[in-house]
Amino acid sequence: MSEFTLWDIVYNLLLAARWTVLLSLTAFVLGGLVGLLLLMVRTAGNPWVVRLVRAYVELFQGTPLLMQLFIVFFGLPLIGLDVSPWVAATLGLTLFTSAFLTEIWRGCVESVGKGQWEASASLGMNFTQQMRYIVLPQALRIAIPPTVGFSVQVVKGTAVASIIGFVELTKAGTMITNATYAPFTVYGCVAVMYFLICYPLSLFARHLEGKFRNVAR
Amino acid sequence: MAYKFDFGAIVPHWELLVDGVILTTELTVIGAVIGVGLGIMGAWARASRAPVISQIVGIYVELIRNTPFLVQLFFIFFGLPALGVKLSEFQAAVLAMIVNLGAYSTEIVRAGILAIPQGQIEAAQSLAMNRVQIFRYVVLLPALKKIWPALSSQIVIVMLGSSVCSQIAAEELTFGANYIQAINFRAFEVYFVVTGLYLVMSILLRMGLKVLGNFLFERRRHV
Repeated sequence: MSEFTLWDIVYNLLLAARWTVLLSLTAFVLGGLVGLLLLMVRTAGNPWVVRLVRAYVELFQGTPLLMQLFIVFFGLPLIGLDVSPWVAATLGLTLFTSAFLTEIWRGCVESVGKGQWEASASLGMNFTQQMRYIVLPQALRIAIPPTVGFSVQVVKGTAVASIIGFVELTKAGTMITNATYAPFTVYGCVAVMYFLICYPLSLFARHLEGKFRNVAR
Repeated sequence: MAYKFDFGAIVPHWELLVDGVILTTELTVIGAVIGVGLGIMGAWARASRAPVISQIVGIYVELIRNTPFLVQLFFIFFGLPALGVKLSEFQAAVLAMIVNLGAYSTEIVRAGILAIPQGQIEAAQSLAMNRVQIFRYVVLLPALKKIWPALSSQIVIVMLGSSVCSQIAAEELTFGANYIQAINFRAFEVYFVVTGLYLVMSILLRMGLKVLGNFLFERRRHV
């Protein structure tokens, strides 16, 4: 059996934390793209599409993230796709993120006054132009603080990916605990590392909120 | 090779799922009641003029809100025994949920308290109400009423989050699902059904909390 110093523990956790960051970034970017797509088709206003997107959001907000990952991880092989924990975790977290972001952004788009839509329509703009030049630029300003705030949820969500066997920070913590029998130290270090990733994001979100409130006044 | 779905394979194990639903409900109810209680105390401490207590509560809130629930659970279940605190799986799961919800509800209740106009508190003082009376009737009840929707969503999130308690072998719904798929190898079918159960539970919980909110806050309007 090998001896683990505190530095060995921290060093190995830091190596694993790279995967937490990478998974968070991938899920956040891809989830943002899917969320934007859902927002566009939902705002375009076909009632069936609206209902479908609402059901999608309800499904992902009303079930545990762990179950979503399990279904992706165990479901895709049934239709002949061989998925690694990395692919399953990325796909599951992307869907999860897209559902939450599209719901956050919907509120922001709805807060843009109806007059803006009508004015741009009277200038002969089509839906894409209205979104691109009139509505999204205004909605974006309101959307940034809650979006940054939600990124914290994505980072914390990646911890659940450890359960389907993806080796990120939490999984590495479990593996190192099994080798060192020092759960208090190891999980303490794991918690500190998550905190170091998430707390700056939280502070940034709060800073943006304050900034926006001042602009609005 | 086409896969043949076999949802019937779950039927013989239905009792495990019922047990799981019951345990998840127990975890949620105990966690929610004590967690929200903790949150009210935390919000009171944050609003009080004792800077040290307020800061300690602030650190607790930030620590919990910026780390994953799963890590908090592992720390409590695997880490605390090193300090001589041994907890059963159920106790650890409940404690983790209380600590987690306590932090979030502190922030939520605090936001409600901050939204109470200063004039109302001054009016209560001029009616010679004491501090406890003012906090209870003038600050807390209207604040809770205002933030009840946010608090309800957070309780639903905590209920859904409890599914990771299966990882310390607390025998809640996900644990039941894991157990069944280990017997019949029908992982997809089992998780599909259990996901549906969670969805129904979250919808029912949200409705229940709405009814509870009406009961708690609407009736008192004319008292």
